[in-house]
Amino acid sequence: MNYDLSKKIINIKPSGIRRFFDLVAEMDDVVSLGVGEPDFDTPYHIRDYGIYALEKGKTFYTSNSGLKELRQEISKYLNRKYNLDYDPLSEILVTVGGSEAIDIGLRAILNEGDEVIIPEPSYVSYKPCTILAGGVPVTIDLKNENNFRLTKKELEEKITSKTKVLILPFPNNPTGAIMEEEDLLEIAKVVKEKNIIVMTDEIYSELTYKNKHFSIAEIPGMKERVIYINGFSKAFAMTGWRLGYVCAPKPIIEQMTKIHQYAIMCAPTTSQYAAVEALRNGEEDVIKMRESYDRRRKFLLESFKEMDIDCFEPYGAFYVFPSIKKYGMSSDDFATTLLKEERLAVVPGTAFGDSGEGFIRISYAYSIENLKIAISRLKNFINKIKK
Amino acid sequence: MREKILDIIEKNGKMSAKEIAMQLGVEEVKVAEEIMNLEKENIICGYLTLIDWEKTNIDKVSALIEVRVTPQKGQGFDRIAERIYNYGEVKSVYLISGGYDLLVTLEEKTLKEIATFVSDKLSTLDSVISTATHFILKRYKDHGIMLDKKVEDKREAISP
Repeated sequence: MNYDLSKKIINIKPSGIRRFFDLVAEMDDVVSLGVGEPDFDTPYHIRDYGIYALEKGKTFYTSNSGLKELRQEISKYLNRKYNLDYDPLSEILVTVGGSEAIDIGLRAILNEGDEVIIPEPSYVSYKPCTILAGGVPVTIDLKNENNFRLTKKELEEKITSKTKVLILPFPNNPTGAIMEEEDLLEIAKVVKEKNIIVMTDEIYSELTYKNKHFSIAEIPGMKERVIYINGFSKAFAMTGWRLGYVCAPKPIIEQMTKIHQYAIMCAPTTSQYAAVEALRNGEEDVIKMRESYDRRRKFLLESFKEMDIDCFEPYGAFYVFPSIKKYGMSSDDFATTLLKEERLAVVPGTAFGDSGEGFIRISYAYSIENLKIAISRLKNFINKIKK
Repeated sequence: MREKILDIIEKNGKMSAKEIAMQLGVEEVKVAEEIMNLEKENIICGYLTLIDWEKTNIDKVSALIEVRVTPQKGQGFDRIAERIYNYGEVKSVYLISGGYDLLVTLEEKTLKEIATFVSDKLSTLDSVISTATHFILKRYKDHGIMLDKKVEDKREAISP
């Protein structure tokens, strides 16, 4: 049959990661550093709480916005951590992962032709979600020499009369870059002056290794123009539970809730109960996991130094983003050849935007033992191609 | 740095000073020196390997023995504990609060050897009032490690 399908969807490129995934799937004995999720199991007391909810028969829909007690815990958590002040009843919506929040947030604010500024390299869904919502993605190529932070100047250059939203993906996947208070103050000035909404995706906020994470929403006067996205996947190692949340001014949340209500109904109930436990008693787990990531991060950076691989020091998430430019191969070639010859899987930087060319993303959500094997394979490969 | 080294080395005794140093972002010699000090101070008391003998052809029987004793004047439980732990076959001795005093663990080739130790050596000690021997049938988890669970990566190999 000749399917006459949506042209908008047909024109969207499939994720660049997919192709690589298929390649890896065909091979045996692959050591992968290509994963974008924690290696830890969800802490047992959190899982136990989910099991308990099932046992008690909590198997029904929750309210569209999510369990009230969960929204209250989210509100308290954000207040305790980042001095944010969100009303659990009108300014918080529990979503199916941060991904849903990105999607419905953009759909709730964009009109046809509105421009969305997206710093790249960054997570794969901002651009397609912008297009699906009728917006026009305008990308900023973040630079290695700025440690992949967004500068005021780069932002100003891309602002037009149609600019409506700035997406702020920090701590960043895939670069591991963070934005600190002084960087964000500069950005805040510009968006206030130009009346731009900021969608800040802070899903990695618990995973920073320098100072405590700072949110742009903390800056006085910013709350009214910020859509704040976070979730449980990275902080509490809960990716498969599919649970995130979004906080924003009431008028925005109201519109988002309509989409959520018709498309999703409510986030998974078991996950919501488990998440309550995570926020109430999960702080210690987070600290332990963060410490563990930090050791691996240092271990990798130190190994890179020994191998003379160029890499800026990333302070967030669980990725390092080394440059492979000096080996004279494209990111895609490098990753493909590394996979074929050494059976080591990494993700080419270009999967996260054109400005990822010349870089590869290496995840350190792996045990030190695993990293050691991976490093020795990488060393072999580099010695070979240097000759 | 001490606590951090201990934290790492407790979970993996094979980790080299260099590997620990890399994870902590400090110099290798600093870590090596600190480990030497920890050994000297007897904070690090030894390096062992956790083996699940069940999976081998070698027979081992382990027992936990609850021992009630009469403490001795001036020396409390230490004297009797020492008499017990000096036996080579004794793996560990703990002073316990509650219904009995000492918990002794043994590991031998056969059940009989353990029975003989209890009846001939342990029970006959002057201060020992009574013993209760429990044989271990299966070891599920030891030193924080699940023995029957294979460590496998349950994640997809590549994800965004």
